[in-house]
Amino acid sequence: MKKKSSLWVFSLLLFFVLALVGCTKDEEAGTEKKDDSTTDTTATDTASATSVMDTVLSRGKLVAGINDALPGFGYVGTDGKNAGFDIDFAKAIAAGVLGDAEAVEYRPLSAQERFTAVQTGEVDVLVRNTTWTTNRDSEVGLNFAPVTFYDGQGIMVPADSGINSLEDLEGTRIGVETGTTTELNLADQMRARGINFEAVVFDSADAVVAAYEAGSIDAWTTDKSGLVSRQSIMADPSAHKILAETISKEPLAPAVKGGDDKWFDAVTWIVFATIQAEEFGITSENVDDFLDDENPDIKRLLGTEGNLGEQLGLPADFGYQVIKQVGNYGEIYDRHLGPDTVFKLERGLNALYTNGGLLYAAPFR
Amino acid sequence: MEEISFETNKEPDILLPPKTQSKALRWMKENLFSGWFNALLTIVSALVTGYILFHSIQFIFTEDWSVIAVNFRLLMIGQFPVEEVWRIWTAFGLLTVLLGLSWGLWKGSMAHVAVSILAIMVVMLVMPFIQMNTRLILGGNIVLLFLTFFIGTKLPKLKVPVLLVWLLFIPVTIFILNGFGVFEPVSSNIWGGFLLTMLIASVSIIVSFPIGLLLALGRRSTLPVVKYFCVIYIEFIRGIPLITVLFIGQLMIPLFLGNGIEISNVMRAMIGMTLFSAAYLAENIRGGLQSIPKGQYEAAQSLGLSKAHMMTFVILPQALKAVIPACVGQFISIFKDTSLVAIVGLTDLLGMGQKLVANPEFLGKQMEVFLFIGFIYFIFCFLMAHVSRRLEVKLGVGER
Repeated sequence: MKKKSSLWVFSLLLFFVLALVGCTKDEEAGTEKKDDSTTDTTATDTASATSVMDTVLSRGKLVAGINDALPGFGYVGTDGKNAGFDIDFAKAIAAGVLGDAEAVEYRPLSAQERFTAVQTGEVDVLVRNTTWTTNRDSEVGLNFAPVTFYDGQGIMVPADSGINSLEDLEGTRIGVETGTTTELNLADQMRARGINFEAVVFDSADAVVAAYEAGSIDAWTTDKSGLVSRQSIMADPSAHKILAETISKEPLAPAVKGGDDKWFDAVTWIVFATIQAEEFGITSENVDDFLDDENPDIKRLLGTEGNLGEQLGLPADFGYQVIKQVGNYGEIYDRHLGPDTVFKLERGLNALYTNGGLLYAAPFR
Repeated sequence: MEEISFETNKEPDILLPPKTQSKALRWMKENLFSGWFNALLTIVSALVTGYILFHSIQFIFTEDWSVIAVNFRLLMIGQFPVEEVWRIWTAFGLLTVLLGLSWGLWKGSMAHVAVSILAIMVVMLVMPFIQMNTRLILGGNIVLLFLTFFIGTKLPKLKVPVLLVWLLFIPVTIFILNGFGVFEPVSSNIWGGFLLTMLIASVSIIVSFPIGLLLALGRRSTLPVVKYFCVIYIEFIRGIPLITVLFIGQLMIPLFLGNGIEISNVMRAMIGMTLFSAAYLAENIRGGLQSIPKGQYEAAQSLGLSKAHMMTFVILPQALKAVIPACVGQFISIFKDTSLVAIVGLTDLLGMGQKLVANPEFLGKQMEVFLFIGFIYFIFCFLMAHVSRRLEVKLGVGER
């Protein structure tokens, strides 16, 4: 009997050892990954004391949190490369900081995990159609660079429905995408105006559009840029119209972790550089002609005079690199959302202040 | 079972009445139009089926499938760098060699797996949009499969080495894909498409099985610490949905680990899926253990076998055989559940599909993309189910 029980204990011990091996197997896999990125690790540790800027420089690569499933703003092209409006701003930041627009590692993030990823330093910058709000700026602990896209929530209805304003939506069925602020905004606006409606919630934008086109809902709502882009690919775009009212403000801006002014300033001024370049009429095509321009403002932007780059901790020619490799704001916009794309989105609020829009870069001096 | 009943039916053939009508007509009359109600039911359901079939087929043949053709590589391997694709082919070649050898060595159910993979390769070979060099490699793989099949039939000694290589296959694949210092590292963050689906599924299936087995044994242990650890683990995991486990992996683990440590999100998803499926497998296996009659334990003990021997040679072989259907069901559901990682931002087959339809060129093509993805899932789940049925027949599950 005694022998048997000791064997039993032995086999259990064996089981424990096996169980431990079984568990450590996963951890080992994890540590292997860790070893892989030891250089990053040490860099991040020092970064908590200094700046993300140093991490990016020592890594030689920018890690950008993106959305790669949003038409026009981020998607995967047929060549397997990421492309889109937001992606171009990630490229601009890489061009400005590292001098190479392709030195970006894209990290696709879902709406839920995007803030954690910034807080933990998993991504250096979040360029993922994120609305700048009070809560995100303060409690969530982000810092927002200048707005790259002014959006607003709108409503699409069939052109022959006789609906011309929010008030006409009384008693209709309106489709929204679940888990977004659009759902909340719609409810807020309609309650404020005392309009009764039925919100029909869908899982994805594709599903909302399918239901709308099939006629099972009377109207659908999302950001106006989304409405326009969807309208352009509907079977008969002229059969639909977008109500003039904008029911919420959605300023979309790149964001970085709060409390790191050096990195925040760098990102801010790189975004400003794209806007300022458009104001000066400098494009990726003609930027070389401007290198010997006499205008001191242009000289400072391109880094041929003054030491603005040095003050920001960026290369002296960061403005030049951003414009040369990625382009000015207008070029980025036209490339992904402008008249030559399927979206044909009007500049609207996203025009320069000189053209009646809201884009206004602080002066480079 | 079917084959047996068919053969028993054959014997009283003489007793059947002489055939006056053609077999098909008689069968229809007996089974479809045996009364006015059944006739009505037949007609109505035939109409509904016909309507659905007609529209489905019309959709399949009139739709523009170029979105799949153009993005086929992306759907298969995601954004894996083109110049590093040879690594995937190397891993695939290794798989082919293993399959061929196992086919030759074991025949039986292995043959079904090998032939199915062969069929998939042949189908891919004739697809019009496949590039020429891909075709050549695929053709080479098919030749390789046959070659290794013949080697396998001639050299039965290879059984043990082949088993060993099978065990090492997934680690080796991950090593080749990642590089780990030997080759240029390819971050697991850009692994994607069907490749990622397969990797996550196979890692979780293979790793969760031993863990599940240990948990099942542990749950039946008489030592309270072991027992309650297993019970709490299993019940805790079974008490939360998989998507929660994945979200914990993606959101909480980085927060817990703080800044320094970085585990790639692919690895986090694999760990999450493995821990989750281990708990379910443990319960399946426990069911098998409990189905073994007490006499088996007593017989083993009366032969003087130790507990370890009793488990390895008497109980587990019977218990595992009994739960093959349940386990394969679990494996199939793991395979399908991998699509949940798309929600936490990974680019698996489904995630890749979502990204493709965001391309302005292919806006509104979600139906084609998702149908294709569904079709791929179907093929592989069906294959797994089929192989498991063969395995059951071979091992005689359900017969004592």
